[in-house]
Amino acid sequence: MPVRPTAARPRTTAPLLLAALLTVSAGGALTACGSGSGSDPDTVKVSFKQSMDNSIKVTDTYLAGIKKQFEKENPGKKVELVPIKAPDSEYYTKVQQMMRSPKTAPDLVYEDTFLINSDITSGYLKPLDPYLAKWRDWDQFLDTAKAAAKGEDGKTYGVPDGTDTRGLWFDKGVFEKAGLPADWQPKTWDEVLSAARTIKKKVPGVTPLNVYTGKPAGEAATMQGFEMLLYGTGDGTADPLYDTATKKWITAGRGFKDALRFVETVYQEKLGPDVSDALDPNFSTAVRGELLPKGKLGIDLDGSWLPQDWLKGSGHEWPEWSSRLGLAAMPTQDGRAPGKVSMSGGWTWSIPAKAGNPDLAFKFIETMQTAANARKWYIANSGIAVRKDVAEDPAYTKAQPGIKFFTDLVASTHYRPAYPAYPKVSTAIQEAMEGVTTGDMSVDKAASGYDEALKTATNNQVIEK
Amino acid sequence: MTGKAAAPRRKGARRSLVRALPAAPAVVLLVLFLAGPIGYCAYIAFTDLQLTGQAHASFVGFDNFRAAFKDEAFLNAVWLTLVFTVLSSLVGQNTLGLALASLMQRASKPMRTLVGGIVITAWVLPEVVAGFLLYAFFRREGTLNAILDGLHLPSQNWLFTLPILAVSFANVWRGTAFSMLVYSAALNEIPKEITEAAEVDGAGGWRRMWHITLPMIRRSIGTNLMLNTLQTLSVFGLIWVMTRGGPGNRSQTLPLFMYEQAFQKSMIGYGTAVALLLLVVGSLFSLVYMRLLRTEV
Repeated sequence: MPVRPTAARPRTTAPLLLAALLTVSAGGALTACGSGSGSDPDTVKVSFKQSMDNSIKVTDTYLAGIKKQFEKENPGKKVELVPIKAPDSEYYTKVQQMMRSPKTAPDLVYEDTFLINSDITSGYLKPLDPYLAKWRDWDQFLDTAKAAAKGEDGKTYGVPDGTDTRGLWFDKGVFEKAGLPADWQPKTWDEVLSAARTIKKKVPGVTPLNVYTGKPAGEAATMQGFEMLLYGTGDGTADPLYDTATKKWITAGRGFKDALRFVETVYQEKLGPDVSDALDPNFSTAVRGELLPKGKLGIDLDGSWLPQDWLKGSGHEWPEWSSRLGLAAMPTQDGRAPGKVSMSGGWTWSIPAKAGNPDLAFKFIETMQTAANARKWYIANSGIAVRKDVAEDPAYTKAQPGIKFFTDLVASTHYRPAYPAYPKVSTAIQEAMEGVTTGDMSVDKAASGYDEALKTATNNQVIEK
Repeated sequence: MTGKAAAPRRKGARRSLVRALPAAPAVVLLVLFLAGPIGYCAYIAFTDLQLTGQAHASFVGFDNFRAAFKDEAFLNAVWLTLVFTVLSSLVGQNTLGLALASLMQRASKPMRTLVGGIVITAWVLPEVVAGFLLYAFFRREGTLNAILDGLHLPSQNWLFTLPILAVSFANVWRGTAFSMLVYSAALNEIPKEITEAAEVDGAGGWRRMWHITLPMIRRSIGTNLMLNTLQTLSVFGLIWVMTRGGPGNRSQTLPLFMYEQAFQKSMIGYGTAVALLLLVVGSLFSLVYMRLLRTEV
């Protein structure tokens, strides 16, 4: 006899359906009774982004020190550090989910300024103005940095812990072998590409030029890659992504396509990393931990924070980096004024709207942001100072070779249009980049795909320019 | 007349109510933890709820579903999901499981233990671990290419050139054990006399398989296909670890597409609508298999 099938009999579906209907109403009742946050009034829960690279403990070490100091200065109070180990895009998701409920909301979160307006609109964050008004150190913060954490309602929702700028890192050893100058300062995109072509020809086995691309790289592709190109097209005064006058997002125009064409050139001419490597979500870890220190990468379009991985005690100690690597500003497309491009962002410390202990959380921010602790942090994570007193402090400016170069870039830097739709616009950019990187799409097709995605992402608030 | 008929019915109803009582806690738990979330999901699918960037969600009717069918990426994901399911579940796991099971019927005991052990190891490994193992197998510097190099055959980055084939293979590798177990049990149930009689009548291996074995295990085939398909439709971790749906969208099946919309683009409402559509695809498959189960030989 054949065996009896073990599958459920069709009859059983009817009660299940009924059950499903019943619980739609029960579900509502359930959410209503989720009250007591379960948080201890004497414990401040601080969540932060932990490095994906196990050997890098910069943030962990710094916060452990602050925790010790805070607990000593505030007897009876405790700090619970809640590390979240995830790539950027998954980190944001995780934090947003935590902030949705008082049961899971930490007292302090580390927010990327690129998402802060989006999270403010969602009502996830608490305005800090009442605290800031009473905090003397707030006057020391640069106005541009203060603006980064300001909502559209004019209130401030975060205390920035530094900013960043971006430029071209290049390997002097590779340049020497390729016969390129050690004081390389390209004036146009073409000069960048021709240097990469020279490296490709003369130094085999080395990746000539890295430009982050595609969805796996996330915001790094948008900001270190695409926007460093896009903001160097046109006249450099108007924002190429967002039109502030009409409050609309700008569709893909000539500059947008030129930037895509640059990415296409890098990957189709094989001047960049192998496409499959470039689309590996952990590629940036490989760039910092392996390719650059081992001299396997000629030019890297990347951020000011790279040395944090190479400092003493950070896991990939590489003190020689300052003599081995050169720095150059990213040029505009055809050398038009101001001649160089940089993008800035940064992170802020914010208090979730549903935090159990907001007062204690702000006290923790105050401890982190004393001049001495802020300086310690900028130096430890290779950040660019947003406090005036620290920016002038020689102990900061002389701490690392690259600091002066990247601090000077602040004069020609751009900020992203960090409105609520931005994260989705950024994903649309990554998709367009990925299309031309893999060769699946032509520049025109990728650009029209962006226009479509932009309409969806912004509720049709788009304008052609 | 009616009264007479009603009395025992009422009695019967009371009796079945009493009998159902022990099942009540289970039903309550099911309602709370299984049907509840499903119902809530169904509700969210009709709203424009976002993870971030929105103060209040509102009811949008069928907008999410309409958007899905106009979305090229969604249609691409549906297509890839079908390819993945047919390749890895219907063709791969199912036939390979049956082949292994029937070969093992005739194998010696140590051989059976050895093969069974290996296949089942792949099955009990956590999905993520299996994903990493196969990532290491297929990647550019991986085992497969090392073997190909050894044989002087051209190697390539399989995860980049043939991503949907690579993840389908991974799913076959991981899931065949289940089919093998189901079919082993089914084959053991076939009385020896029948096969022996067929053998005496001069039926060869293939004919026996076609005319005796397959019809007799028909019901197991249906059950196995249904469970395999449902399992395969929901595979996420394996593909996520190996390719993240890339490069481009070339291995982005529906679960990955859903994750991207809901959590990476923050569009929870849209993502949930896609999840419901995935549920529909699963039910369609189930219906077909149930039909297959019901028809008598």
